[in-house]
Amino acid sequence: MLQDGLRGALNQSVLEPAGPQAARAARLWWFAFIVATIVYLLTMGALWWAAHRARQRERRGEVAVGPESELRMTRGVTYATAATIVILLVFLVTDLSVGRTLSPVPSKHPLTIELTGHQWWWEASYADTSPHGRFTTANEIHVPVGQPVLFVLQAQDVIHSFWVPNLAGKKDLIPGYRQSMWFQADTAGLYRGQCAEFCGLQHAKMALHVVAEPASQYRQWVSQQRESAATPPDSVASRGREVFLTGQCAMCHSIEGTSAGSHAGPDLTHLASRRTIAAGTLPNTRGALAGWIVDPQRIKPGVRMPPNMLKPQDLDALLTYLQSLK
Amino acid sequence: MRTLVRRLPTIRALVLCAAALATAASVGACRREERRFRESPPSATPSGVRVSALQPGTPMDTTHVRNPYENNAYAQSEGQRLYGWYNCAGCHANGGGGMGPPLMDDEWIYGSSPENIYATIIQGRPNGMPSFAGKIPTPQVWQLVTYVRSLSAQNSTGARSSRTEHMMMYPGSNSLQDPETPKNSFRPPASEMP
Repeated sequence: MLQDGLRGALNQSVLEPAGPQAARAARLWWFAFIVATIVYLLTMGALWWAAHRARQRERRGEVAVGPESELRMTRGVTYATAATIVILLVFLVTDLSVGRTLSPVPSKHPLTIELTGHQWWWEASYADTSPHGRFTTANEIHVPVGQPVLFVLQAQDVIHSFWVPNLAGKKDLIPGYRQSMWFQADTAGLYRGQCAEFCGLQHAKMALHVVAEPASQYRQWVSQQRESAATPPDSVASRGREVFLTGQCAMCHSIEGTSAGSHAGPDLTHLASRRTIAAGTLPNTRGALAGWIVDPQRIKPGVRMPPNMLKPQDLDALLTYLQSLK
Repeated sequence: MRTLVRRLPTIRALVLCAAALATAASVGACRREERRFRESPPSATPSGVRVSALQPGTPMDTTHVRNPYENNAYAQSEGQRLYGWYNCAGCHANGGGGMGPPLMDDEWIYGSSPENIYATIIQGRPNGMPSFAGKIPTPQVWQLVTYVRSLSAQNSTGARSSRTEHMMMYPGSNSLQDPETPKNSFRPPASEMP
């Protein structure tokens, strides 16, 4: 899982597109890069040539500026200006055409995910026509391969920005304003996304993972996420559930199927099925979870989660319960 | 006169020096408020706090516990956020009161000092106020105390949480109480009272 997480961290590049959106953007980037490189090399070459020739003339004792050299200069500047305008126009037209082809959603009823930005984590609600089909998760999104996914973006506190470089460009999440964007993943894989608008102390540790998987695997994941939380398998786990429900945890977190229903913090119904905790900060292991619960302020100073002073056996039971939430 | 003219550069240098010193001193005096994220809870929890002055016999002393966050702007804004998160607004509205008593006025059934409000949150009170002991960590309770007291302008106005979009005395205030004018100034005159 740690390896998965690390591979995900490396899998965050605009130059390795995994979908049509990112591919168009990457092609545009390469086009601009190559044109700009050619222009730069030509300009530098011309500059060197001009300086070299001027020095040669000076050595020969010729007059630097005469009436016919002035005419040559005017001609040169005119050509350069015309070339610049043409190149900029080509850039403008290409950019507009890429923007126009990328914005409309290619499907009438796409899979819709409502993504809400919080300080400093992501809440993802999968929309469905029936209330039973809706479910909420955090910091990890699963999408089917080869199918457009529509995102409805909003923010709870400050402006955030949703950016999964391998799949699409950035889009801001603005409080009190709903925006939308879409992308499609053509290659299965784990892609790392990152908040791309400075949003406070822990902006850097506000990541989310996008898991693109074949449709059958995706459907299996959805049906599992729609389930209520698993009942504790043993007495230690049921003690853990009691700790969760009677202590500080239930004040902010919710677990479907229990009385914990607060939506201030991430939904923990299927916590154990996620790859990371604390918005991509730590791998989802028992040790990391313990450290996070006891002293989150050491791992992410300023984070909204307070330290929890639990007795060792209570913490142990709580960890067993949280790890049973598959 | 001549000596004064000769000394002018010296005087100018002295004045410049003094100005530089004053600037350095004033810059040094500006101190950023500390944000304490990893807080160990205060050891003294107000258990012996009395909520009323009425008692038989000679008056007994009450426990006074200092709020570690009094006049701390960060704690106050954190308190404002927690006020929403823990749904204080569900009963007290945004300070104006609903099912629970208002928090913006100067009427306090169980006392208005920091230790009184702390005890009220931790112990709960009859007719609806639940006990939050073990539910809210101690530092956060003190942050809530700071915010609740700011609703009735009891702590310094130098520290303010962010502007809310609810009722307030003037823009930027959390309170219906104007610290410049006497308390209860927003009440209707006696002739209009029922």
